[in-house]
Parts: sequence; C-alpha cells; structure tokens
Amino acid sequence: MPERELTFAQAVREALAEEMRRDSHVCIFGEDVAEAGTPFKVLSGLVEEFGGDRVVDTPISEAGFTGVAVGAAMTGMRPVVDIMFGDFLTLTMDQMVNQAAKVHYMSGGHWKVPMVMRTTLGATRRSAAQHSQSLHAWFSHVPGLKVVLPSTPYDAKGLLKTAIRDENPVVFFEDKMMYKLKGPVPEEEYTIPLGVAEVKREGDDITIVATSSMVQVGLGAATLLEKEGISAEVIDPRTTWPLDDKTLIESAKKTSRVIVLDEGYGRYGVTAELAAVIAEGAFYDLDAPVKRMGAMHVPIPFSPPLEDVTVATEETVFEAARQLCGKT
Amino acid sequence: MTTATTNSEAGREVSTEKEKWLRVYRQMVSIRLFEEQVNELYTRALMPGLAHLYSGEEAVAVGICEALGRDDYITSTHRGHGHCLAKGASPDRMFAELLGKEAGYCRGKGGSMHIADPATGNLGANAIVGGSVGIATGAAFAAKRQGTDRVAVCFFGEGALGQGSLYEVMNLAQLWKLPVIYVCENNLYNEYTHYTETTAGTILGRAIAFGLEAASVDGQDVRAVNEIASRLVRRARAGGGPAFLQADTYRYSGHHVGDINREYYRSKQEEQHWKSDRDPIKLHSKWLLDRAYTDAASLERITSEVRSEMESAVKFAIAAPYPSVEEVEKHVYA
Ligand SMILES: Cc1ncc(C[n+]2csc(CCOP(=O)(O)OP(=O)(O)O)c2C)c(N)n1
Repeated sequence: MPERELTFAQAVREALAEEMRRDSHVCIFGEDVAEAGTPFKVLSGLVEEFGGDRVVDTPISEAGFTGVAVGAAMTGMRPVVDIMFGDFLTLTMDQMVNQAAKVHYMSGGHWKVPMVMRTTLGATRRSAAQHSQSLHAWFSHVPGLKVVLPSTPYDAKGLLKTAIRDENPVVFFEDKMMYKLKGPVPEEEYTIPLGVAEVKREGDDITIVATSSMVQVGLGAATLLEKEGISAEVIDPRTTWPLDDKTLIESAKKTSRVIVLDEGYGRYGVTAELAAVIAEGAFYDLDAPVKRMGAMHVPIPFSPPLEDVTVATEETVFEAARQLCGKT
Repeated sequence: MTTATTNSEAGREVSTEKEKWLRVYRQMVSIRLFEEQVNELYTRALMPGLAHLYSGEEAVAVGICEALGRDDYITSTHRGHGHCLAKGASPDRMFAELLGKEAGYCRGKGGSMHIADPATGNLGANAIVGGSVGIATGAAFAAKRQGTDRVAVCFFGEGALGQGSLYEVMNLAQLWKLPVIYVCENNLYNEYTHYTETTAGTILGRAIAFGLEAASVDGQDVRAVNEIASRLVRRARAGGGPAFLQADTYRYSGHHVGDINREYYRSKQEEQHWKSDRDPIKLHSKWLLDRAYTDAASLERITSEVRSEMESAVKFAIAAPYPSVEEVEKHVYA
C-alpha cells in the first residue's frame, strides 16, 4: 500500500484532532481559530467537530488569552494557544516568561502548566518586518519552557501530540512557508519524544545541523554538494530545548566539519548555542571552526530582492560547505 | 459664501466651502481608485505580499485629515493606504512602496503595511494591531512639551480594542491632558469575526471610563466626520485633552485581497447594502449635486482625472528600480 501523504498543515490539524478526541481537557484559544480556521486555514474543520467551547475564538488580546491559558492549564485544562504570527509572541512574553515558565519551580513543584503555544516563524513571504521574524531563540533561553521546531509533516504531527501531553509549557514553531509541504504520515498512532534529534540524511564529510525551515535548505544543499563529491550529513535537532547534544556532537566528531543553520538571528541565537555545544563537545575532532548561518542582522525588509538575501539558501549553504571542506 | 479654514498655522489656505467639499470628494475618489489599482496589481501578481484595502471607509480618513494641518501627526494601521493618502502622501511613491521599489516612501523596506512620511506628519502605518497607540500618544506628549499646537490622531480598527496597551495610554493621555485623538474605525469585523463576539460592554464606555471626551459618528458621512473631528482637534489644540471617536464604517473587500470567500462570516446582502445605500462617495456626491455645488459632468471629470493620475502613478512604480542589495543593511541603526 502506498504511504499516505499529508501536508504540514494537515498533519498539525490531525494531531490536534486526535488529542482533542483522546482528552476532553484539550482546548484551543486564539484569534480566528474557529470558523475561519486561522488565516493559514490550519485549523479548518476543528470547530465543526469539537464546538466553540473547545475551539475558542478570542479577541485580539494575546497577553490576555495567553494568561488565561496559563491559569486554565494550572487548574486542569490542556490549552493549546494559537499565536498567528510569531512576531506577536512579544505581546505574550510576560505570561510565558514570568508566569508559565516559572510557576512549577516557584511553587516548589506544586503547580504545573501543561500548555502548548503554537506559532509561526519564517521570512520570504513578503510580509515585512513585523510578520516575518523567527523568535524561537527567545524562548529557548528561558528555563522552564520547551521549544519545538518541526521540519516535516511527520515530525509536526508526532511532536505536537507529545507537546500536548507534556506537563510543561511548550512553544511549538511552525514555518508558515511550509504549511503546504507534503510528506508521508502514517495512519496509525505515533508520537515523537522531545529532545531526540534525527539524522535526516547520512554523510561523512560535513555535518549540516538545521532547524525548521532550514532543514529543507540543508537537504537541498546536501544534494548540490553530492555532485561535487562532498558527502553531507543533515541533522535536525527537532527541539532546541530539551537538546539532543549527543547526536550533534557524535556527528561532528565523525565528519569534523559543521555548519549550523537556523532562520533566527545568529547573534546570541540558536546557531550560537548549537555551535558552542558542538565546539565544546567535539573540539579535538574538528578540522575547522563551526560555521554559523542565521538570518542577516536586519529587520526583515519588504522589498523582494532585499528580503531574499536575509536568509540562507541552498546556494549559500553549498558555497559555505565547499569552503569549509577546502574547495574554493 | 462662507469660508472654512483649517485650524493649524501650517494648514491649507483659506478655501471656500464649495472648494473644500469638492476637494474632499476628490480625495475620497483618489483613495477608492488607488485601492482599485492595488487590487488589480495583486490580481495580476505584480504586487508582492498582501494588501488590506480601505475601500468603503474613505470618509473616515478624509473627514479627519481634512481637519488636520500638514504638520499634525497621524499613526495608521495595516489598512492604512487611505490614511496616508488623506494626510497628503502622493500615489506614485505609495505604489512604489507597495511594489518594494527604492522610490517608495520607505525605500521599499516597509511595503503596504508600513508607509511612513515625515513630510506629512505620518509617523507610520503599523502591522501590529494596536501597535501605534503608544507612538501616537508619545507624539502628543512631545507636541505639548515642545509648546506647539500640534495634535496626534491615532487610527485603529475596533480589533485593537482587545489590546491592553490602549487602556494604559488612554489613562496616561487623560492624566497628562495630551492632544491625542483615538479614532476607532469600527468596520464591524476583526479579520473574520464580528466585533460583537470580541467586544464586551460598549466601545465608548471604555474611553468614558478614563474621562476622555468620547463621541461616535456615522463614518460614511464625510461632513459629519469632519465636523466632529474639527471640534475635537480644536479642543485638543486648546489644551482640552484627549478624545476618542468611534466612526462606524464598513470595508467593502475581504480582510485582505486574498479573502475572497466571505460568506461564512458575512452575507453578500450585507455587503451590497453598504455599497448601494451607505457608500460615502455616493452620499457625498448626492449632497454636492443637491447643493448645486457641482454637476454630474464635473464629478465624472474628477473621477477620470483621478483615474489617469492613478494609472500613471502605477506606471511610474512598475518602471521604478528596486533598491540595490547593499540597501538591506542600511538604516538598522540611526
Ligand atoms: C497584535 C496582533 N495580533 C494579531 C494580528 C493579526 N491581524 C491583523 S489585522 C487583524 C484584525 C484587525 O481588525 P481591526 O483592528 O478591526 O482592523 P480591520 O482589519 O478591521 O481594519 C488581525 C487579527 C496583528 N496584526 N497584530
């Protein structure tokens, strides 16, 4: 039987539907999540199945409904909050950072906050500086939060189901340019643990560690490199916290050269942390400094020719990898 | 014949009543036809990204900006083309910005949702709902502290009533008697949800609670909007403090240009009703004709003049070059 294929958006929706069927405490809060099914149409059909009491349209009050989710999570619900564009996360920061992340610890382990915040990241949609950011590093910085970055429909479904069942606040980033990406997703139930990286492609000469939107870019670069006789391994950590440092370090030791690729800003960002983890863990096996490739340090511009140079592409990764391997 | 003057020193010259209302007519037509071109550009895949059209709401921006001088401030929204044009932006540089060209108001870096223009007091359109309430209030603070008689108008949709920061700044504005006017354009929908599903209590009650001068107006009636705006602006200039104006209006198109199938959140009859019975341009042209300020042929001529102005503005924008790639790293810091 041919494997079933779903889009990234369908995989997310199926994970939510399955978890909502399994556990009546799971509910969704967000702007235009019900009849509209979000502007990206990711949630279409859920309100029809689960009703407006569980798929709850909110006012445009990100701070308010995130706070409500924190309180509801503490008292028995399992809310999944929808923040349409990752840029609007800034409005939820106090609730996530000062409240959700700290409640369990501050209460000496008495209270817990089993909630998920689903949101988007990624540029190149011509949406300009306030609708294009990738802010996952901000949350990865904070003890008490977990951060998930799926890169395929399969991962999106399995990781989201695990996130919903997790007893902690989990921030789940979906690349908005990836919603239509198709990939195999089996019919039968499965989950993917948080904190387990996946080798998306095996190779010997160089390791490309890539997250979310950048995994496809890394794989594309690996195909180009193959034609040059360079064998690239592509690893997706899948979660920035918890982090599977072991898999990253092992691969770095094997290949001795590493590029870290992420759509957030490099400066004090995810690439900085992953590069440091690899440098510490594989220092004596590295033949070159770990190369970081993140978004250019500018607000994302609207103009297409400008926006296009702000993020890494297959070609820029290919070039960087060739140089790292001494082929100029 | 009576004369009407704008209140600011830097305002327009004295014009007759008739001239004023014809200018207002032309300005509303300009916004309508500008948006027609935007829709066309989008449909022909010539425009990157999205656009949120202002068609149907023209009387609000025009009625209010007509009460302002060039050096008064405004802040605008994701649905901001109308505000920017009404405050004096020129269509060619607007289109250039929408296409990401260097000749645009923001050198192509901002796009449709971020038009900003110091020359017309435009502090910027904002893609964060409620994102400019602080900026407008801050501009009013500076205007007062610097001893000018400028006012700041903060345009936002009723969706921004959900943002807590609005209530923080209204409280500050009233405590400090700042010359700021919060203009809530109630076009009935926050994206795809009717505002009554997201708004408890009353809209005006929120401003009244902080002691702001609060009023509502038929946002399809440009003269009514202008009359009340003029009063609130005068009051603010004279140190009377902040005000809140609810303008009831309607957007004709989808939330954005790609929002084509709308039946699940509003009916075709509702849309038709606003377009045929409540259209701000039709209503105003009827008034102009009834008063014999003009005749049908003259109005037709205005429309065709504006149309060719828009067409050449679009041509200019299409022909204009993109910024060079080095531009990308400029202006991160001042
Ligand atoms: C803080 C924030 N949350 C959500 C959005 C997404 N969004 C863009 S426009 C919009 C609806 C705005 O409705 P309203 O303020 O009434 O303005 P209108 O579109 O009706 O002119 C939403 C939810 C946003 N841009 N900013």
